[in-house]
Amino acid sequence: MRVLAALGLLVAALFAASLLVGPAAMGLGPSLRALVTGEGEAVVLVMREIRLPRALLGVMVGAALGLAGAAMQGFLRNPLAEPGLIGVSPAASLGAVLALQTGVAAVWAPALPLAALAGAAGAVALLFVLAGPRGGALTLILAGIALSALAGALVALVLNLSPNPFAAMEIVFWMMGSLADRSMLHVSLAAPFMLVGVVLLARTGRGLDALTLGEDAASALGVSLERLRLQVVIGVAALVGAATAVAGAVGFVGLVVPHLLRPLVGARPSALLPAAALGGAAVVLAADIATRLIAPDRDLKLGVLTAIVGAPFFFRLIWSMRRGME
Amino acid sequence: MGRRAGAGKAGGALPPARPVAPAASLGIFRSKRTWLAALGVCLWAGAAGAGPQRVVSVNLCTDQLAMMLAAPGQLVSVSHLASDPRSSVMVAEAAGYDANRGGAEEVYLMRPDLVLAGTYTARASVELLRRLGVVVVEVPPASRLADVAEQLRIVGAALGQGARAETLVAEFEAGLAALRIRTDAPVRAAMYYPNGYTTGAGTLADEILSVTGFANVGAAAGVTGGGILPLERLVMAAPDLVVTSAPYPGASRSEEILAHPALVAVRGAAAAAMVSDAEWVCGLPQILRAVAGMAAAHRAIRDAVQVTRADGE
Repeated sequence: MRVLAALGLLVAALFAASLLVGPAAMGLGPSLRALVTGEGEAVVLVMREIRLPRALLGVMVGAALGLAGAAMQGFLRNPLAEPGLIGVSPAASLGAVLALQTGVAAVWAPALPLAALAGAAGAVALLFVLAGPRGGALTLILAGIALSALAGALVALVLNLSPNPFAAMEIVFWMMGSLADRSMLHVSLAAPFMLVGVVLLARTGRGLDALTLGEDAASALGVSLERLRLQVVIGVAALVGAATAVAGAVGFVGLVVPHLLRPLVGARPSALLPAAALGGAAVVLAADIATRLIAPDRDLKLGVLTAIVGAPFFFRLIWSMRRGME
Repeated sequence: MGRRAGAGKAGGALPPARPVAPAASLGIFRSKRTWLAALGVCLWAGAAGAGPQRVVSVNLCTDQLAMMLAAPGQLVSVSHLASDPRSSVMVAEAAGYDANRGGAEEVYLMRPDLVLAGTYTARASVELLRRLGVVVVEVPPASRLADVAEQLRIVGAALGQGARAETLVAEFEAGLAALRIRTDAPVRAAMYYPNGYTTGAGTLADEILSVTGFANVGAAAGVTGGGILPLERLVMAAPDLVVTSAPYPGASRSEEILAHPALVAVRGAAAAAMVSDAEWVCGLPQILRAVAGMAAAHRAIRDAVQVTRADGE
């Protein structure tokens, strides 16, 4: 509980910082007054239409990725399960890019998160079939690499064939993610799907706890593995799909956050889920603030920072796994 | 279609709708190029005597200059961008020529005795053509309105059509002088393109603004050449006129910013909104149409302000 409260405070502080950091130099007082009261034309526009959606999406995308990572690691009982790393986010990107380039998303806006969700769901289902709850790290990583490479290549192909000269430049966005210049439209587009994902995954806590004892023990405790799997697949797909549709594929959040927090909440997946959601929100908010501080006018991608922080974690993880095998 | 964007960039004059336009930041380089191009033309013209008979152009801007200046039958092929209404003002004329995509092999097989290219045209293709013995004249991109005359003269000299070039130069300079608006109270305008790209000081677009009585918000924000102006800073600047680009077909996240609620609000609050088009891309005499459009916008805003003041009194 104390961990959750501390994380909650951290997220609140970073959310406030995200609202107050930006290229337009505005005083602290006027900014907050404009945000709350809606008085003062340009400042209100900046606060309510540019910074607020960006900060909200930071929380939403981060929480979604952290939660999805924790749930996947719990279900697969494998510390390497991470949406970005094993191809779920790239597959969601592919879905989103297809919805945008076919023009479906322009006709019916929810088609964008739905297509991303479909891509993510396909990837998660495929991974679970290939790796399964019993599958080892090797199968998971091999399947994930193949899936990432394929989805990434198809995203690049679709964007290269687009009649829009800017589309091909956006390969980086769909691989690395960014929250720059998003609007409230994106918030409202992603929110319902994320809510579904959170509700579904919140109900998996008991099942995931039981699963730590092994599949047989979990079945004996009355946990339906089939149902649990379905919940995790749809929950993860809804979260990752919605996050990717509006912010691109942000990697490493789902890997780093559960690892950092696991020692703090004990090994129980049910306790890790809410902590990972808050931790993910904090990481993405911090990374997004950093993109604005390091290169304010370059649209530095979120994934650049999360990868810089995340990749060393991955190395450490591999190192400790090797030591465990010897 | 990365190729299209690349070709547009190579197209020379600061292309307003393109995300990157390095031209203007290379001022010194540019003038040196001009000098070299002029020297090349002189040497070549001296050696050959009469004008070239099979000219191929591989750059959007030289395409259009050549179509204006060449004698019938002299120009064989222009680039495929010349028939794209989003970047070319001479689509109808371009239909009368074979289109090329600028590849060295394709161009060489047309057996040209002169190739016109931009200084940013695919370097590898230009170098290869030169090694194959083809004469290539490179025309630097325009970053000032004065470059329009200079480019007409370079291409005119290369084609052996100097007299025709001088006629067009005289027309252009007279037209520009007639449109120029001098004012002590410039109206603040912002150019805003996909990815938050704006054109600042030292660009063709900036000069169009300044000769029509506008102050460029991008230049005031410290952008030189092309660069990013964060949406927040555009909102805070609250310009009186916003010039944006027409969207391309097919979706892109880069262009989503043009529909961002904050930009829509800024455009709504501004006195006028304009859309830049093919006339803004190259330094051609037709750029006067863009200048005329901006001059009309300036007068409309000024009249509107006077009406409001009269109402207030």
